[in-house]
Amino acid sequence: MPDLLLELFCEEIPARMQAGAAESLRKLVTDALVERGLVYEGAKAFVTPRRLALAVHGLPAQQPDTHEERKGPRVGAPQPAIDGFLKAAGLASIDQASIESDPKKGEFYVARLHKHGRATPDVIAEIVPAVIRAFPWPKSMRWGKGSSSPTTLRWVRPLQSILCTFGPETEEPEVVPFEVDGLRSGDTTRGHRFLSEGTIRVRRLEDWMAKLEAAFVVVDRERRKDIILADAKDLALAQGLELVEDAGLLEEIAGLVEWPVALMGSFDPAFLDVPDEVIRATIRANQKCFVLRNPATGRLANRFILVSNLVASDGGAAIIAGNERVIRARLSDAKFFWETDQKTNATVPLAERLERFGNVTFHEKLGSQLERIRRIAALARELAPVVGADPDLAEQAALYAKSDLRTEVVGEFPEVQGLMGKYYARLEGLPEEIAAAAEEHYKPQGPTDFVPTAPVSVAVALADKLDTLVGFWAIDEKPTGSKDPYALRRAALGVVRIVLENGLTVKLAPVLLNIFGRIILEIRESIYSDRAVKVPPQVVSELEAIWIDGSELSRKETFFFEAFRRLIVENPAFFPSVVAIRDDLLSFFADRLKVHLREAGARHDLVDAVFALPGQDDLLLVVKRVEALGRFLSTEDGRNLLAGTKRAANILRIEEKKDGVTYEGGVDVVLLHEPEERALAEAIAALGPRIEAALGAEDFEAAMALLAGLRAPVDAFFEKVTVNAEDARLRENRLRLLADIRAATRSIADFDRIEG
Amino acid sequence: MIDPALPPHMRPDKSFQGLILALHAFWADKGCVVLQPYDMEVGAGTFHPATTLRALGPLPWKAAYVQPSRRPKDGRYGENPNRLQHYYQYQVILKPSPADLQDLYLASLEAIGIDLRLHDVRFVEDDWESPTLGAWGLGWECWCDGMEVSQFTYFQQVAGFECAPVAGELTYGLERLAMYVQGVENVYDLNFNGREGDEKVTYGDVFLQAEQEYSRHNFEHADTDMLFQQFRMAEEAAAKYLEAGWEDGTKARHLMAQPAYDQCIKASHVFNLLDARGVISVTERQSYILRVRELSRACGAAWLATAAGGTPAP
Repeated sequence: MPDLLLELFCEEIPARMQAGAAESLRKLVTDALVERGLVYEGAKAFVTPRRLALAVHGLPAQQPDTHEERKGPRVGAPQPAIDGFLKAAGLASIDQASIESDPKKGEFYVARLHKHGRATPDVIAEIVPAVIRAFPWPKSMRWGKGSSSPTTLRWVRPLQSILCTFGPETEEPEVVPFEVDGLRSGDTTRGHRFLSEGTIRVRRLEDWMAKLEAAFVVVDRERRKDIILADAKDLALAQGLELVEDAGLLEEIAGLVEWPVALMGSFDPAFLDVPDEVIRATIRANQKCFVLRNPATGRLANRFILVSNLVASDGGAAIIAGNERVIRARLSDAKFFWETDQKTNATVPLAERLERFGNVTFHEKLGSQLERIRRIAALARELAPVVGADPDLAEQAALYAKSDLRTEVVGEFPEVQGLMGKYYARLEGLPEEIAAAAEEHYKPQGPTDFVPTAPVSVAVALADKLDTLVGFWAIDEKPTGSKDPYALRRAALGVVRIVLENGLTVKLAPVLLNIFGRIILEIRESIYSDRAVKVPPQVVSELEAIWIDGSELSRKETFFFEAFRRLIVENPAFFPSVVAIRDDLLSFFADRLKVHLREAGARHDLVDAVFALPGQDDLLLVVKRVEALGRFLSTEDGRNLLAGTKRAANILRIEEKKDGVTYEGGVDVVLLHEPEERALAEAIAALGPRIEAALGAEDFEAAMALLAGLRAPVDAFFEKVTVNAEDARLRENRLRLLADIRAATRSIADFDRIEG
Repeated sequence: MIDPALPPHMRPDKSFQGLILALHAFWADKGCVVLQPYDMEVGAGTFHPATTLRALGPLPWKAAYVQPSRRPKDGRYGENPNRLQHYYQYQVILKPSPADLQDLYLASLEAIGIDLRLHDVRFVEDDWESPTLGAWGLGWECWCDGMEVSQFTYFQQVAGFECAPVAGELTYGLERLAMYVQGVENVYDLNFNGREGDEKVTYGDVFLQAEQEYSRHNFEHADTDMLFQQFRMAEEAAAKYLEAGWEDGTKARHLMAQPAYDQCIKASHVFNLLDARGVISVTERQSYILRVRELSRACGAAWLATAAGGTPAP
């Protein structure tokens, strides 16, 4: 079976786009082939900085022939109908159609169309130019003489040549002839920009790979990565050092070279005074080099590994010297920043440094960073007892935690924020808890990131994330679809993970109102200062109604502010729209928790069943309940009770709909005729208060065990008692009894939402 | 490869001016008109009308020139070995972009002494955008052994207009490149005239005092009241010349695009000075940028209605 080889040779493709482009090329071409009846055995895409290529293996030489029958009008139909049929079927005259008969329709015309499959190269010549013209580059451009024409080809960078061959393994393949914007397909390519000269004629995939390899091009991206990694490790090992691996950097470098040559350079050990992370950030971001670790000390060594694209005639000496120069200059800058920061910290008191955040806008509708830091500090203090932290320390830590954002080092390398806070706190002689919180309060950054456990860090981390969430909810900047510019999903998941993994009991509803009480004051400020604010109008009017001549009050009159905040927390009923925002945010937490638990293997229907109960704002309790429920439902009692409850709920749903009423409580003991219904009523009556007590003590295991006691009476009831009795009074009483079953189970979870 | 006939003091790897002369010789040989710097203060070689305006319209154009560039904010009182508030860019503009532009660029590196079998030259993605000029393009920063030595851009849009055809722009950072080929760590140590001993003149001899003086001026003393006024005046003058330049009051032909564009350049530089003085807030900043962009857009429209912009005289 013949193979296709396609190579699009162009000027340097941005590294970050290469992997996606290879996948797009494979998918677009192979989908188009299959769509046209050309199924293949295998396909693989290749990408280097200068070429995008695709090999499709095992294609047929031509499309399969197709046979189509097209039914036409009956014999003797009016001429226009016949003409229309001829035209549609592509027939010259009606003689070319055959006549068939059908008992219902009588005699009618049928056109039998045999279409010969086209030769595969013809199909490829049609597909490839279309794929090239519509290629989904994230950004594309025009170039050269033709660029004035509106139909000019757009490509990521100028496209220089196209190689396209097709043929069976045993024969000389042919060039698939086509033209795109003046470029004619051919069977030649070029090798490495500097290590190879002239054009190279290529027949098929193996040939292409081998010839390019000889011309200093490793076409397979994964192989380039393997080479880089192995060579870098070898170089490190030879010096008794370890490579600090970096998958993202490896990806990028593999997209910057066709012929990777790893080389080792060094820098002045005096630069090692700068924290490792800063050295690494400097060398990685600016120079795209790897750093090395000394296994004896665990710290960085004064070496780096660069990956050049050249086998240099001097063995790489000039390349190393050049890179060392640039790295020296960069590290001098980093060292200067690091020392400047320390000088500033030593001479400017923390309070004064904090004041400088007054000029930094956190978000135009949410005030300055300073205001935000103060809110976080107040909240961290309030949360401290809940998480077992010292309130003073938690507050101090929160006031310090963001201070590194204004340092030179973080200004240059935002990725070391937090970490620098930790270093600077230590250098300033602050307690270790504060240093740790400066780093850890940003965590966790995702589903697998480290979760802080030190109480002070936990208090600041929670305060930071909750303030962010309430703030953006208050100004209605919630995540939508794939858009989450403020990473609010991550913040909420962070709260979920911190709470669960530390086993914290936090009632979120009042905490959220408390934060809202503080933030709304910022928002109110911005309303009066006429900043463009998108606050729900009801919130403003509620606020204004409560605010005693608010416009006259300066925000410095903290008494009123405190009173106002307390009012929101203690009397949320005055602020229905604030409560609506809070509830919306709570349900956002519920969603994050659901995702989190589902990923941990919990059944999402159980999570739903628990969240269906009102007032679920204690994440830890929700999880405990879900877990207990899962265990209960895996017992026979649990499964049977679930079935019984569902049966009861189903009957109720149908009958309630029929009667147009909702049954709840009010079982009349006198009307309980059958022993089974009496037994059930007694069981429910006896268990009810005990279940309630167990739930009150948050002992879900006990509550479930008690609930299990209902199983036998429920089963017996359904076996012996007819709910829809003739006597209307009996029927209603029995429906009320079913409602009691529903109510008893609902104290634990909404069994209706449980599957199975 | 460096011309072997050159005496030592003229060599591009021994002398700053030798580097400029080698680039001039190289691009003159490729058919460029070798221009002199524009006689106004600009932030980059792109502002020269030979690039901004000539990049617009259908007519072919090839030019090369040195442009002194002023970035008031980058002043460091002569204390930083790599940063200057006044430096030189070598600018090449080729319209339409030739098919072998990358090869031409690499050959120019060889002409100034960068051996491509010894040095690792790479094209690393870097898309260019000038918000004040309403211009953008795609291309690379060109690395030599890990150092960025040039900017390589295919202009897609200038002054808010599509470039048709597209021009290729090369910008060499001359000081950086000279430091590299001369093997010097501090810009002020660059050999300017290629001589040794008593006859040697360094970059510092020529520019150190100026860097100190202009840093004081840019950060501490530049008269902001005057500058605010100058910005307004330049803006108003540009609008006036643009308006007056339309022939017969119709918008078919323009007779004064270049004088109007001078005022746009002026406004841009004055804005940079105000920015360095720290008297423009973050929110205001955006509005100033937009005002300059409006001017450059209007100048671009006027240019397109001139003969050199592709509208022939009747």
